[in-house]
Amino acid sequence: MTEQVYTMIDGNEAVAYTAYRTHEVIAIYPITPSSPMGEWADAWAAANEPNIWGMVPSVVEMQSEGGAAGAVHGALQSGALTTTFTASQGLLLMIPNMYKIAGELTPAVFHVAARSLAAQALSIYGDHSDVMATRATGWALFASNSVQEAHDFALIAHAASLEARVPFIHFFDGFRTSHEVAKIQLLSNDQIRAMIDDNLVAAHRARALTPDNPFIRGTAQNPDVYFQGRETVNRFYEACPAITQAVMDKFASLTGRQYKLYEYYGAPDAERVVVLMGSGAEIAHEYVEYMLARGEKIGVLKVRLYRPFDAQRFAAALPVTTKAIAVLDRTKEPGSSGEPLYLDTVAALQEAYANGWSAPQSMPRVVGGRYGLSSKEFTPAMVKAVFDNLALDKPKNHFTVGINDDVTHTSLAFDADFSIEPDNVIRAMFYGLGADGTVGANKNSIKIIGENTPNYAQGYFYYDSKKSGAITVSHLRFGPNPIRSSYLITKANFIACHQPVFLERYDMLKDIIPGGVFLLNTAFGPDEVWDQLPRNFQEQIIEKRVRFYVIDAYKVAHETGMGRLINTIMQVCFFAISGVLPREEAIEEIKSSIRKTYGRKGENVVEMNLRAVDHTLAHLFEVPVPATVTSAITMRPPVPPNAPEFVRNVLGEIIAGRGDLLPVSAMPVDGTFPSGTTQYEKRNIALEIPVWDPDVCIQCGKCAMVCPHAVIRIKVYEPALLEGAPKTFKATDVRDREWEGLKYTIQVAPEDCTGCALCVDVCPARNKSALGRKAINMEPQPPLRAQEAHNWDFFLSIPEMDRRKIKVSSIRQQQVQQPLFEFSGACSGCGETPYLKLLSQLFGDRALIANATGCSSIYGGNMPTTPWSKNAEGRGPAWSNSLFEDNAEFGLGMRIALDQKIEQARSLVSRLSSEIGDELAQALLAADQSDEAGIYEQRERVSLLKSRLAAIDSAEARQLLSLADVLVKKNVWIVGGDGWAYDIGYGGLDHVLASGRNVNILVLDTEVYSNTGGQMSKATPRGAVAKFAAAGKPQGKKDLGLMAMTYGNTYVARVAMGARDEQTLRAFLEAEAFEGPSLIIAYSHCIAHGIDMSTGMQNQKAAVESGQWILYRYNPDRARAGENPLILDSRAPKIPVERYMYMENRFKMLTLSEPERARRLLEAAQEDVNNRWEYYQYLAERKWGQSADGNGSNGH
Amino acid sequence: MDLTTTYMGMTLKSPLVASASPLSEEIGNLKRMEDAGASAVVLYSLFEEQLVREEFELAHHLQHGTESFAEALTYFPEPVQFKLGPDGYLEHIRKAKEAVSIPVIASLNGSSLGGWTKFAHRMQEAGADALELNIYYIPTDPNLSSHDVEQTYLDILKAVKAAVSIPVAIKLGPYFSSFAHVARQLDEAGADALVLFNRFYQPDIDLEELIVKPNVILSTPQALRLPLRWIAILYGRVKASLAATSGIHQGTDVIKMMMAGANVTMLASALLKNGIDHLRVIEREMLEWMEENEYESVRQMQGSMSQIKVDDPSAFERAQYMRALTTYRPAAEQARRFGRF
Repeated sequence: MTEQVYTMIDGNEAVAYTAYRTHEVIAIYPITPSSPMGEWADAWAAANEPNIWGMVPSVVEMQSEGGAAGAVHGALQSGALTTTFTASQGLLLMIPNMYKIAGELTPAVFHVAARSLAAQALSIYGDHSDVMATRATGWALFASNSVQEAHDFALIAHAASLEARVPFIHFFDGFRTSHEVAKIQLLSNDQIRAMIDDNLVAAHRARALTPDNPFIRGTAQNPDVYFQGRETVNRFYEACPAITQAVMDKFASLTGRQYKLYEYYGAPDAERVVVLMGSGAEIAHEYVEYMLARGEKIGVLKVRLYRPFDAQRFAAALPVTTKAIAVLDRTKEPGSSGEPLYLDTVAALQEAYANGWSAPQSMPRVVGGRYGLSSKEFTPAMVKAVFDNLALDKPKNHFTVGINDDVTHTSLAFDADFSIEPDNVIRAMFYGLGADGTVGANKNSIKIIGENTPNYAQGYFYYDSKKSGAITVSHLRFGPNPIRSSYLITKANFIACHQPVFLERYDMLKDIIPGGVFLLNTAFGPDEVWDQLPRNFQEQIIEKRVRFYVIDAYKVAHETGMGRLINTIMQVCFFAISGVLPREEAIEEIKSSIRKTYGRKGENVVEMNLRAVDHTLAHLFEVPVPATVTSAITMRPPVPPNAPEFVRNVLGEIIAGRGDLLPVSAMPVDGTFPSGTTQYEKRNIALEIPVWDPDVCIQCGKCAMVCPHAVIRIKVYEPALLEGAPKTFKATDVRDREWEGLKYTIQVAPEDCTGCALCVDVCPARNKSALGRKAINMEPQPPLRAQEAHNWDFFLSIPEMDRRKIKVSSIRQQQVQQPLFEFSGACSGCGETPYLKLLSQLFGDRALIANATGCSSIYGGNMPTTPWSKNAEGRGPAWSNSLFEDNAEFGLGMRIALDQKIEQARSLVSRLSSEIGDELAQALLAADQSDEAGIYEQRERVSLLKSRLAAIDSAEARQLLSLADVLVKKNVWIVGGDGWAYDIGYGGLDHVLASGRNVNILVLDTEVYSNTGGQMSKATPRGAVAKFAAAGKPQGKKDLGLMAMTYGNTYVARVAMGARDEQTLRAFLEAEAFEGPSLIIAYSHCIAHGIDMSTGMQNQKAAVESGQWILYRYNPDRARAGENPLILDSRAPKIPVERYMYMENRFKMLTLSEPERARRLLEAAQEDVNNRWEYYQYLAERKWGQSADGNGSNGH
Repeated sequence: MDLTTTYMGMTLKSPLVASASPLSEEIGNLKRMEDAGASAVVLYSLFEEQLVREEFELAHHLQHGTESFAEALTYFPEPVQFKLGPDGYLEHIRKAKEAVSIPVIASLNGSSLGGWTKFAHRMQEAGADALELNIYYIPTDPNLSSHDVEQTYLDILKAVKAAVSIPVAIKLGPYFSSFAHVARQLDEAGADALVLFNRFYQPDIDLEELIVKPNVILSTPQALRLPLRWIAILYGRVKASLAATSGIHQGTDVIKMMMAGANVTMLASALLKNGIDHLRVIEREMLEWMEENEYESVRQMQGSMSQIKVDDPSAFERAQYMRALTTYRPAAEQARRFGRF
């Protein structure tokens, strides 16, 4: 046994570490929470890290998980040791290949960060639903319960698979294990080497396809032999458990860590046993350990090898004294007679008795239950409830634990206050903002503790579902013994609040233990801070004798050049107060890790951080705690009291962080939620908000158009409506002649703004006497909050303008339209959302939206609140998300259904013509709905139709009544990002374009997989650094628009709002008007570009001016009229592409890592630009329509 | 015909030195400069301020948005190492030294005292034959006295001189209340050369965009008057070599500068405008002039028209200015008289 090396590492890295070293080919595709495994592999390959055979594995990103599985299958068949990393829907897409790989008895391992499947809703969090869906594929299912086990099992699975020839899914709990940072013993290369038998590797290679020894594998078989063929594999499955155990034993001899396939822990004479797998098993272990010390006879059976299920070994692992068993499944199989592990347990015991195997003396009572779906907390309190249930005469079967099921009453009650956290474990919680570096600092702190003290340590990080102003909560534990507590901290010794604004939102001290420490970052000094605390904080500080410290971290950050980053400063405070390490030593460790972390980013960055460390302690103060509560400040309600009941009772509770307490009855049965609820979630995350200057304003509407969060609104209205306006409410005369005599107001929603400042950047109106100021300027939010909130309410009370009076082709008028997409959780300054908002303004009252999974489905549909909204008439976008890969097809389905219903309705109108009135019927059928007036009139007709139908007592009339609304124009928008459109969904998108159906496709092209953290897509341009393209993407961007044009029947536009907003507007209008498929490819600047988001529109402009992004519209209607269908809307490149590219870190960083390569790629990028421009110019200038049919027959 | 001259103790084959400009960013251009007759090359400037900003920007963008959203804990892959700070520049010096055999003078524009000395030392290590300190500094603080400003220059020079053993030139602007005094102090502080003058890029107002932005204007032949005067005045009064830069566009410009007392002339605008091969034209023009006027060497003419050598030293002072004014005619009037323009 070699000397053990301890390290602090998260589950994903721990698995990738082992997998990378033992494979030759790695095919990957990003999906949460497994993406980091692929990213690690890619990063190591980019750095030329070798595997144990001294070779750098080939890491290849595919277009989908289906593609990855196909590539894996091919590589395996060609004799390479091949793996992949995935989760959830990704694993589902691999299933077809998994049957093949197993059927061909191919050794392979897939590493799965197990995650929920999309059912009533998508969830990125952890449970075993995905893995359980692969039970029938013939793959071994192999569960690891902790970061250490995940690291070890990645190797054991590989070694076992090579020998058994059964492919393995090695799975561990998504987020809980994949993202937990823990102290583990790292496997050495020698240990890994010793576990892999080269003879088995050679045997794998010998089975490979090769023309030097040709054979055929993958045939088609008929009824005569398929069945027999299927049974040939049995003996391999029979042998697999013993092989796996033998590999585990060998592993133990090398590392000292002994694992069992079915590992029992507990009293040898236990009567009650729980059976489960994954991280929950460690919590059960912790509970059993605690109760054994108190004399209880209980135990836990940890299932490691779930498939092939070895019933004999399983039964034998149970104590003979076992009388009752609770089997816990982290999945749900609706309609089953029990969840899978439960069923297997029952069957195994039945067989054990039937066959006389070693088993409990008498058949135990077995009950099954579900826990922990979608990372629902699973705690010792819940384990206790499960054991308590088992102690009953008639324990509840098919139970749930961890929720309150008040509908079908499946749930076990548990005592949320029950805790078994030992005193020798220090527990610390930190509340921070995404942007302030809190998580990074805490990862660093726990690493320092884990690697520099004898303590075991654990770090787990809770993230928000919002992308802007997101809260993070870090949970750190450390202590002398291994930590099995894979659940959030509820009894903390130390709580730090890194953002004073959280005081009014979160009751942070509810989790503090008596005598604990509370550290607050605040601008108030130790003598003044007490009066600033909400009342409940004061009460708890006094009652729990909390030691209270303050630091003005922003002051220190400002003085030391750190800007808004307070990570290092708060980290120093934690070490200084907690005394984990002697203060001097701790500070030295922080400094050394700063040098390590930031060293590669330059010595100036290092020095700045070191300066911050040195300046911190002088600003850290303990606050003398008064004896009495004085504060009148109370916490804000999560939503305003006037919000609808469902919003108050359900969504509000989720916002307040009490979603775990909502009962089953509170939730919709089918995943349906009300629209337009973000308006109630006043997040107040902007430090500064825009303030309108009516005297300077030219009323162009650009500020409202680019606002990513729809917080800048314009209204034009009758002067009389100003009556009763608040004193500070601003209004001016409208400048547009067509609206003469009306008033004009631009109002900002102060509590919904994210402070991105895009509006200020695009404002073209400058204050003539101070050119630095514009018609809209950023000002600090807090002093304006109350006043502007009042103004906002008044503004909302002003009626929207009649849509018929708005000329939609001019931005200044069009922007008066009400956005029906508002206050989303997208990144501050998002480049995608302005397009969606425009869509919602123009067509939202009649749009069905199919939204591909990705950023837009997350900020568009993540609980608790939804930004898709509705107007005063109750109309708005009907939005849904199916999957990532099928969105075009999903949208097409909507269109087909709509067309079918329209056809039916029209036919019924004709048939019922005499009853409803010939004139009305005729008008309904012949209606011109090409503009707002036409649509308005049709709505009036439909309304009349409905009233007439109500009076007709016939089946047909009732049928038409249910269909009548489709007679008013509807359109289908298919929305998604480039990952969907260019990669995973391209096949479907292509098919939909070819279908000729009237759908509108909006591609929000950020040129990377933004939602999963910036992985390369086929939309990524040449030279850009992205994940999986660490050295800059060598290939050029796929020209999706050009490909679409080749159909000739598709409207195609390429737009960039920041470059030419009127062209964007025109493209949207034309796309909608075009009777056929339309494709708009919209340049969307993105946080993943490494840009200043407040000037993202300038990047769009530069992209166009450099020729990197050509603006055009291709309209088949023009071809039909004998004109060239392609119109270029941008001029010849006028700046070198370098000027644009090096505005963005994604291109720039390559000049700092590989300057030579950067220059070559830049040259190639410029060549791309030149060639593309020439080609497009050629296409746009061609003569058209000379052929007889005038139908563009001289086209492509 | 002997064109050799000395500059900071180095013997150069001619007074034609390529001055700091973007042209020197390409190693291939350096080779072409050498081939076209440049006797030494000053590399483009390393701007410490820019390096620092680059580092902060990189650190900011790599960190921005990270660790806040569960699905995207980072947005960029991080390479094992970035080539930050002066690494790229130092590599460039090394490559330049490999590519050409003429002296390579590195140019440094620092923003902190530490930066000046640290980078200077590393440039020497990378093989630079000499350094040129390009002090771009606009004192805008009304509380800063001219003495303080001058002291900054002296401090930087002294610190760099203490850090390196190769010659150090200092490139200056003309905007000092007593330029001769400043020059003398720098000379005494050990400057091996004074490079006259730095051409500050002046800000301009863009009426289209309504923003202030720097406007790069290449030097015109008229610009040579200012260095011409000061070189003539300083010649023989300072030990340091004198380099003339600004406005040197043809062979006769070089001759004038040599006569005023320059050791070398430095060319940037002329090469940017006419191409690197323009060095050949200038050299040919020089040779033609020297032949026509029966000069044998550059050394012969060096300083021959300097203030201490001319008949009328006041020609370089105010009186000359007075005469110039009284004989000046506006262009329109000239056009009338000569029927041109």
